[in-house]
Parts: sequence; C-alpha cells; structure tokens
Amino acid sequence: MPVAVLFLVSLSACADRGEQLYTDNCATCHGHRGVGGVGIPIGLKSFLEQTPDEYLHRTIRVGRPGRIMPSFYRLSEDEISAIIKHIRSWKKTDIPQWQGQRIRADAAKGQQVYEKHCQSCHGKDGKGGKGTGKMFSRPRDLPIVPPALNNQGFLNSVSDQMLRNIIKHGREQTPMPSASELKLSDTDIDNLVAYIRSFQITLVTGEKILDESPILIYDSRHSYAETISNIKKAVLKQNYQLVKAHSLDHGLVPAGAKSQTETMVYFCNYDVIYDALAIDPRIGMFLPCRITVTQNNGRVQAMSINPKRLSQLFNNDELDQACERMHETYSVILKEATQ
Amino acid sequence: MKALIQVVSITLLLLLTPVSQAIITGELIMIRSEKAFPEAMRTLQDAIRSQGYVMMGVQPVDERLSKRGFKTDKYRIVFFGKTEQNKHLSDLYPELVPYLPLKIVIYAEADETLLVTADPAAFIDLYPHPGLRNVFRQWHEDMLRIMKTVQAE
Repeated sequence: MPVAVLFLVSLSACADRGEQLYTDNCATCHGHRGVGGVGIPIGLKSFLEQTPDEYLHRTIRVGRPGRIMPSFYRLSEDEISAIIKHIRSWKKTDIPQWQGQRIRADAAKGQQVYEKHCQSCHGKDGKGGKGTGKMFSRPRDLPIVPPALNNQGFLNSVSDQMLRNIIKHGREQTPMPSASELKLSDTDIDNLVAYIRSFQITLVTGEKILDESPILIYDSRHSYAETISNIKKAVLKQNYQLVKAHSLDHGLVPAGAKSQTETMVYFCNYDVIYDALAIDPRIGMFLPCRITVTQNNGRVQAMSINPKRLSQLFNNDELDQACERMHETYSVILKEATQ
Repeated sequence: MKALIQVVSITLLLLLTPVSQAIITGELIMIRSEKAFPEAMRTLQDAIRSQGYVMMGVQPVDERLSKRGFKTDKYRIVFFGKTEQNKHLSDLYPELVPYLPLKIVIYAEADETLLVTADPAAFIDLYPHPGLRNVFRQWHEDMLRIMKTVQAE
C-alpha cells in the first residue's frame, strides 16, 4: 500500500514538473494557463486544436529569432515534452496529426492574395505586427500582435498543412478571419501557403553569439569637473532633461563620505521612454539613462552601458533598432564631453 | 525485502519531485507573480533585504510618465547593493560601474506582476576578470532566490 501511494505521488510529481517548467520558462510571457501577455494566448481552444505537438516542440526549441520568444536550447527533450503535456492539460481537444507533405502551388499568385488580404495585419513581406502583446494596461489596437510569418523560427516549426488549416479556418477569439470570410478558394489558400513558405531560409539555432562590448568608454582630455559639466551640456543638446548627478554610493553612505572619484549624470526623455516601452516593456533594464565619469590616478574617463550589447539579451529586432539610435546618442554625448 | 522496496520507492519519489528551476532565457531572469503589484513590490523589497542587500532607491517610471500625460500602469525599477562590495568593485573595476547597482524591473500586468533582471551569470562573459567570477555567481544565486520568493504563492 505505501508503495502504491508513493507511485501515485510520483506520477503527480511528473505532472507538477510540467507545470513547474511551464511556470518557470513560459508563464512570464504567455501567462498562467496560456492566457497571453507579451506572448500569444496559447491556451485558446482554437490554438490548441490547430497545433500539433511537433509545432510546439520545434517552437520551444528554436524560438522566434528577433521576436522576443527565445530559443530554449537548454531544455532537454523530456522537459519540453513535460511542458507540452502540461499545455495540453488545459483544454480537452483533439491533437492534429497532419502529415508533413509540402504544398506545391504558385507563390507569385500567393503573393497577390497576401498583399490584398493579409498584409494589413501581418506586414509587408510577412514581417509581422509591431510591438509586443500586452503593454501593461495601455490600449492596444489588436488583442494579439499578428505573428511574423517570415520569421525563420516560425517557418522551421510550422508545416504546410498547419498553415493551410489556419488560413482555411481562421482562429477563433482572434482577429484572424477564415478563408470563407475572405472568399478565398482552395487554390488561393495553397498559393498563399507557397508564398509564405518562400520566405524560409536555413535556420541556425543554439546559443547566441553576444559580440558587442558591454560599455562605451572614452578617455577625457578635460578635468574631472569639466568633463561632468560637458556631459551635462551635451545631454541637453540631445534634447534630454537632466535629472540628477551623484556617486554610486549615494544612499548607502553619509553625505561627507561619498566617493569623490566617480559621478553619475542621470538624464531622461520621457517621449523616448514611452515609445521604447511600447516596443518592449522590459526596457526598464536600460534605465536610467546615465553616464558615469570617473577619475583614477589622474585619468578621467566617461562611460555608459552599451545599449546595443544590452539589446542582445532581449531577442527583439525592433528593440535592436531603437538601441542603435540610443547607442548613437550616447556616443555623441560621450565624444562631445571628452574630446 | 519490504524495507528495500520502501527505500527504492522513496528514492524514486525524490528523483521525480520537481526541483524548481531558474527562469532564465540565458541572459535575462524573468518571472510572473500572481501577486498584485503592491504586494509583489513589498515582497520584492523584503526578499532583497533578506539576502543582505540594502535598498538604494526606487525609480518610479510610472509616476514620472503619468505626470507628463502618458497613460501607464505601475512600473518601477528597484536598485540595491552592498555598501562595501560596491565600493570595492568600483575601485578595482571601474568599467563595471555602468552596470551597478543591481536592479530589478517590476511592473504590473492587470492584476499580476512581472519582474525582469539581467542574469548576473551573463556578466562572466562581459567581464572575464578572475576576481569577478565568484561575485557574479553569488549575485546569480541571490537574484534567483529573490525572484523565486516573489514568484512563490
């Protein structure tokens, strides 16, 4: 009897394992029980009915390069299977078992259909809607950001049959209409699948190469005090507001004991912050905007985080573009203040 | 024989009991807490202090945006550190200062709360000084404990 109880408890532990893995790796973006967030609502009955386990498996494995969903290359096969089993436990649906045959059709004609019926949501060349999903209570145009159909992670996960099914039936509880609502024929659908498939190239998966330097750093030709003053002037020229300036140990030590060898100049542009938060709500990791001036054995340096390096942690192409601009802003300020 | 079966069963049970994992994408640590923002914020600050850190400040991003007419929900950045450690690190490794002090971003999503921070273990590649490796590993462990405390029901 004790053995039977232990066996049942261990079975329960297996189920809990899938739930724990989901909580740890997926719930942050997809919400508990897949209600959605930054990530799509994978708990929708229509999603689960249209999605084979192979798609879920590949998606977890390869992610969506540049579209926030990371590649969970560190998870074992068992762990991925446990997560999928947990996802399936939310709703009782049939699991599609489509064969993997390619659909041979006319991609050029599919492009015409795409441009007429799909581009307004899924973007030119299948690049997807802008921004993330939920944006912490700010109104958004669509309940779900239209996926990027040209994303290599998506194309390496989805079969032609799955694509066909989604186009044919649409997806309930999302803005995705069915083919009949759009008056598309079966030939139109096949051509559309062929067009979407034409975006696919070879996908390289696994650990990312993070190659940007962590900081921007410049030696200053000026004194410590002059460099700090120059930073402030350069910040204002870039249309940022100065917020404050103090040492790293501010708040930790009494006023008289603060460091005399480093000063952090804080600045802000709230329009820029608001726009950046719409791209990715996690950008608080880049804040506050700040440049540090240090002096050490007569050497004065000014430095900041490198936004391009930090952006590499987020797997968000839109954010990468914003960080290119931020990198330029920081570089201009640093150069003006130190040269 | 009965004792052997019991030992094997217990061993199997322990092996199959889920061990809570880090929520790490490789470079970021993120969690979703079912606590509403105010409670999550209190729990976060308590968890930070319980790991021996001092609260160094909270950046109220939401308040500053709201004052300028932007519509936003709760969004804060919590900064924390250890006095002596910060001084020691900034003296020896000034190039680390742009990433100090440690911080966690915490924001509301309806009646739940999301937290995100950079995984300090990722700093090992950014700053490959032998003297910093153990510091980053300790921060990594501390961050995981802090985040899991807020995530716990």
